[in-house]
Amino acid sequence: MAYSDKVIDHYKNPRNVGSMPKSDPQVGTGMVGAPECGDVMRLQIKVNPETQVIEDAKFKTFGCGSAIASSSLATEWVKGKTVEDALQIKNTDIVRELSLPPVKIHCSVLAEDAIKAAIGDWKRKRAESESQPEASTAAAQGD
Amino acid sequence: MAIKLPIYMDNHATTAVDPRVMEAMLPFFNDRFGNAASRNHSFGWTAEEAVENARAQIARLINATPKEIIFTSGATESDNLAIKGVAEMYREKGNHIITQATEHKAVLDTCKRLEKYGYEVTYLPVEKDGRVNLEDLQRAITPKTILITIMYANNEIGVIQPVAEIGQIAKERGVLFHVDGVQAVGKIPVDVQKDGIHLMSISGHKIYGPKGVGALYVRRKNPRVQVAAQIDGGGHERGMRSGTLNVPGIVGLGKACELCQEEMPTESVRLASLRDRLKQGIMGQLDEVYVNGSLEHRLPNNLNISFAYVEGESLLMGINDVAVSSGSACTSATLEPSYVLKALGVGEDLAHTSIRFGLGRFNNEEEVDYVVQRVVETVNRLRELSPLYDLAKEGVDLSKMSWKAD
Repeated sequence: MAYSDKVIDHYKNPRNVGSMPKSDPQVGTGMVGAPECGDVMRLQIKVNPETQVIEDAKFKTFGCGSAIASSSLATEWVKGKTVEDALQIKNTDIVRELSLPPVKIHCSVLAEDAIKAAIGDWKRKRAESESQPEASTAAAQGD
Repeated sequence: MAIKLPIYMDNHATTAVDPRVMEAMLPFFNDRFGNAASRNHSFGWTAEEAVENARAQIARLINATPKEIIFTSGATESDNLAIKGVAEMYREKGNHIITQATEHKAVLDTCKRLEKYGYEVTYLPVEKDGRVNLEDLQRAITPKTILITIMYANNEIGVIQPVAEIGQIAKERGVLFHVDGVQAVGKIPVDVQKDGIHLMSISGHKIYGPKGVGALYVRRKNPRVQVAAQIDGGGHERGMRSGTLNVPGIVGLGKACELCQEEMPTESVRLASLRDRLKQGIMGQLDEVYVNGSLEHRLPNNLNISFAYVEGESLLMGINDVAVSSGSACTSATLEPSYVLKALGVGEDLAHTSIRFGLGRFNNEEEVDYVVQRVVETVNRLRELSPLYDLAKEGVDLSKMSWKAD
């Protein structure tokens, strides 16, 4: 199978590889996929509680080159976006950007799921900290 | 010695035509272009003589007689002809066929088609090492069993089946025994007499011969085996396979068999030592790598390894100047990982991380060392990228985690 130049670039030079502490209240972690299916993505975001802007993103992926590229691209795209804007990223955008063939569309779906899972985790953490009065400070605005 | 890139190490898929084979074939494309079935002029006689010479070369390699060799378009056709041909010819005697889980699709899908026509097929499981259990085989045989079809050596893991023992069982129980010999013939000693084989499929392009030519060995005595033709026409090949003979291809197949026979004693030793160098190079530098299938009963040129936490296709992408293949789902059209590894009980997670190395006549030590280095650096890089490797290092048991697969 021939890979697009963009997939090869992300595979060779993956952006934002790494991890952030899962316990950090500003960090949301999304892990999607399964080893039996040949794809596992872990995507983490660090959100500014004041502005709700995703200030940093990290990923690690077990999967084919297209899966690595999709998650690498996802970290690039979410950085600098607000949480709500990041939720608007669609797998079809990733397919278009990386010119993924039909057989690799599931990689883009997984990347979209990873973004949603990371944001979901961050929101859950925030709701929990809000329910504890001493922690509810500036994060009370927004959605 | 300078290494020429890319390196081809996928010799179970196909092999380069040996220059000596090509040289033998060339005259039969033009100067000696005759139809081997033309009985009344020298063009035909020349072609026929070349075909008979090739028949003898093939027969010698497997200890058969020339008349027992039927030419086909390749081993897929040979498998189809053997299995369907026996099924049709011996329908009165029974309708049961026994095969096993790691056969090539040319055997499995042929058996599946016969099931649609009312035949019953037993697909024997294999042990963890990839070999069939002979007691399972004994138990599976019924009075209705007409054929056992089991490969000599597997194309993914190189595991060699206990063919001689199966041949003995087939003889005792009065059942015909077909062997898909594609990966074994020319690589290891195969003897249709000692092994008790009644029918055997052979391919040209796996043994440094051309594509598009193969053969089926059909035993002529003790017992005399008959197969019903699957392609009708001019009655070539004693009525078993019609169609004008592919003379240049057949000459190439014959020459390829002759070379394999001459060189096997030294070549099999050389390949095994290259394979062991490859294995030790990789396993000495990486942890959590696993060889799939028996090491003891294995083709000298095969190595199939799972690299835990690194998906196979991403590894292939990283070693893109080395041609090997993967059992990963991502490299198949079906999105299912290798059914062969699954049959061995290799977990799907590890099946996705498997790579098949197939060494061949034109590989050398320098190439092996280069491949070792590329594999090791790529696996290390991809493990740094793998969330599973992180988890494993933290001591998390991946099999006990609950994965939300979408």
